[in-house]
Amino acid sequence: MAESRPGYDVIVVGSGAAGGMSAFILAVHGIRVLMLEAGRNYDPTTETPMFHTPEQAPLRGVSTPDKPFGFYDATVDGGWQVPGEPYASAEGTDFLWWRSRMLGGRTNHWGRISLRMGPYDFKPRSRDGLGFDWPMDYDDLAPYYDKTEALIGVYGSNEGLENTPNSSPGVLLPAPAPRVHEMLTRKACQDHLDIPVIPAHLAILSQRQDAARWPARLFPGNPLAQRVLRDSMNSRAACFWATPCGRGCSIKANFQSTTVLIPPALATGNLDIRTDAMVREVTTDARGRATGVHYVDKRSGEDRHAKAGLVILAASACESARILLNSRSNRYPDGVANGSGLVGRYVMDTVGAWTGGRIPALENMPPHNQDGASGMHLYMPWWLYQEQARGQLDFARGYHIEFGGGRGMPDAWTFGGLAKHTRGAYGRRLKEEARRYYGTGMGFAGRGEMIPNEDCYCEIDPDGKVDRWGIPTLKFHWKWSEHELNQARHMQHTFRDIIEAMGGTVTTTVHDNGADAIAKPGEIIHEVGGAIMGKDPERSVVNQFCQSHQVPNLFVTDGACFVSNADKNPTLSIMAIAWRACDYILDRMNTGELT
Amino acid sequence: MSYSQRLARREVLKIVASAAAAPGLMAGCASAPADLAVADSGRSGAGPAGTPTDPVLVNPVIPWELTLSDTQLATLGVLCGLIIPADEKSPGADELGAQHFIDEWVSAPYNPMRQDRELVLAGIGWLHDESARRFGSDFGELDQAQYAAICDDICHEPDAQPGFEQAARFFDRIRALTMMAFYTTRQGRADLGYVGNVPLSQWDPPPIEALRHVGLD
Repeated sequence: MAESRPGYDVIVVGSGAAGGMSAFILAVHGIRVLMLEAGRNYDPTTETPMFHTPEQAPLRGVSTPDKPFGFYDATVDGGWQVPGEPYASAEGTDFLWWRSRMLGGRTNHWGRISLRMGPYDFKPRSRDGLGFDWPMDYDDLAPYYDKTEALIGVYGSNEGLENTPNSSPGVLLPAPAPRVHEMLTRKACQDHLDIPVIPAHLAILSQRQDAARWPARLFPGNPLAQRVLRDSMNSRAACFWATPCGRGCSIKANFQSTTVLIPPALATGNLDIRTDAMVREVTTDARGRATGVHYVDKRSGEDRHAKAGLVILAASACESARILLNSRSNRYPDGVANGSGLVGRYVMDTVGAWTGGRIPALENMPPHNQDGASGMHLYMPWWLYQEQARGQLDFARGYHIEFGGGRGMPDAWTFGGLAKHTRGAYGRRLKEEARRYYGTGMGFAGRGEMIPNEDCYCEIDPDGKVDRWGIPTLKFHWKWSEHELNQARHMQHTFRDIIEAMGGTVTTTVHDNGADAIAKPGEIIHEVGGAIMGKDPERSVVNQFCQSHQVPNLFVTDGACFVSNADKNPTLSIMAIAWRACDYILDRMNTGELT
Repeated sequence: MSYSQRLARREVLKIVASAAAAPGLMAGCASAPADLAVADSGRSGAGPAGTPTDPVLVNPVIPWELTLSDTQLATLGVLCGLIIPADEKSPGADELGAQHFIDEWVSAPYNPMRQDRELVLAGIGWLHDESARRFGSDFGELDQAQYAAICDDICHEPDAQPGFEQAARFFDRIRALTMMAFYTTRQGRADLGYVGNVPLSQWDPPPIEALRHVGLD
């Protein structure tokens, strides 16, 4: 059916943050787009278990191998493993690769944390001699951060802190008032530790979007774009401060590609979507130009071809690298767009470490609703730039702190530490202790910048393994540098200081060896790199507009193009970069350069 | 409008009714969702497959058989009631069916639960043997002092006497599962004073008594 409509201008592979944004921007400008998604169709307005409670779910909703983030998590046929679609790790590497096989991909369950990279983050090599500089500046991307935040809806505030950019006036939605445990943490950090605690930026509508104002400002002179965006914004409700965002949102109050980007893109009439379509490779012609993609129709198992004048890969960093590496031909024996040999190289994740504690001051809190936005209302941006510049730290890049606690809905693990804490209480005493203990636990998580290195990469598995569709699979290689390990140790020591400054007790192990503190590679699910951007075709895969140096009508708009992985969670930047790339595509299409 | 869209709207309207009608929310529902009909999207309806990795989230089912016998459930019921008894604020865990949750848990097809199953079955056997040895009675027929005598010996593994370590591990696991079961019910949440999971028309700062409680007023 999709193929019966002749002459797609663009194929977009993937439907998440990058695919959704790419398809949306192109479709509202009259470009005919075919989107291919490896997973099934998915509709958050009917499939989201909004007010369901744990006791309605199997095993009270706990994590299982089938549903690793719990029963209600908005992940279909995925998690750390996808049935029938394996990947391998080299010896000494334990890489974790989270995937989901559903329309909208991982945007359906993500944390909604939307932090901008700052000016330093685009020029890391110039600052400390490590890694690479981006081929663009913060000022190049700033307008697209503004536009992306206005489009998807982000709450937060402008604090003017170092390398923590302000948004333009009027772009951000109001930040929700902090909860008691967040205020208590802020006081301890400010009074004792000199750590700034400021409103978080999350892609959640703290109030409804201004549908009368934004469509014309974002798309001046484009009545089609304005109409579909106005309708889309009008269809979204404001957050009602209940239910976990990780389940997705049936009232469209947070950002998911499936509620915010795909519906208005479809409403243009310029987008077709083919789900259950697993892309194997990009096809090219005698001139070396992309002609379309081969994909497996997962329902019939048949191999099919879709044609278009331009191909955008947005399948997630490692999946896009896999497609490029699998696109081998006489002309491109090492994979398409791989003249530099760097496809799959410089894969990065975020440095993660965690510490839990118990805060007696929170005992016997007068009951009140602390659900809030489900995610953070406050966070701590990196605060030691100057100390780092003076060489006072044994790691080169920063991290921010995400933290949580309070009297959220009790789940299966709420009282996991109570038996130990009470030295074996049972009976009436257990109930009394539970009332006192409830809401006193807090967790602090560091999210830090990893520096790209030669030892972190993926390749097509040299053992010749294939997935259930016959497509060669990936093998991952990984080695942290001292910068990441020392940073992870610093995180846990900082979290211990915060917990103790709050008068609390640490309840998890604080390691002095960073290798024991750090999360596994891939575990933070911020994998980027693998098709990095740059000016030099010998040392990068795409240019600053995500365009292959080698194949001008082939683009990679997802996290694969990242040159560094600042501590800022990547999704917002992925969308801003994808929008900028699509503006470039539209510009070049108009001049005929890409056809 | 498709059936699924009507359903979505009905569900949202139900939410709105219970939310005491936040104005923004009402307006949000007034326009139909954009048609998410997708070209050639496969399965009719294109909803969940109903498999373990793609279950129907809005209508959960337990896809495995429960396996404990009535006798085993009765023993667990007694133990759950000893761990979380009824008091002035809430019922006992046995009244809320914690023993049936334990059955669900130890019958599940996942490795950690299979390991718990061994511990639980052995522990149930130990309770009966210990009751007979110590009091010459079945575990189900002991008096409160006799229950307390056994539980006190096994309620804290680090303090367990030689020979009681395995039973203490069993007790600790049952206590954890009983708390899981109890505090995820409506009555358990109410016992703790959890008052969320309701839609609000606006988000307010904490009440002054909460700020005072932690010295932030």
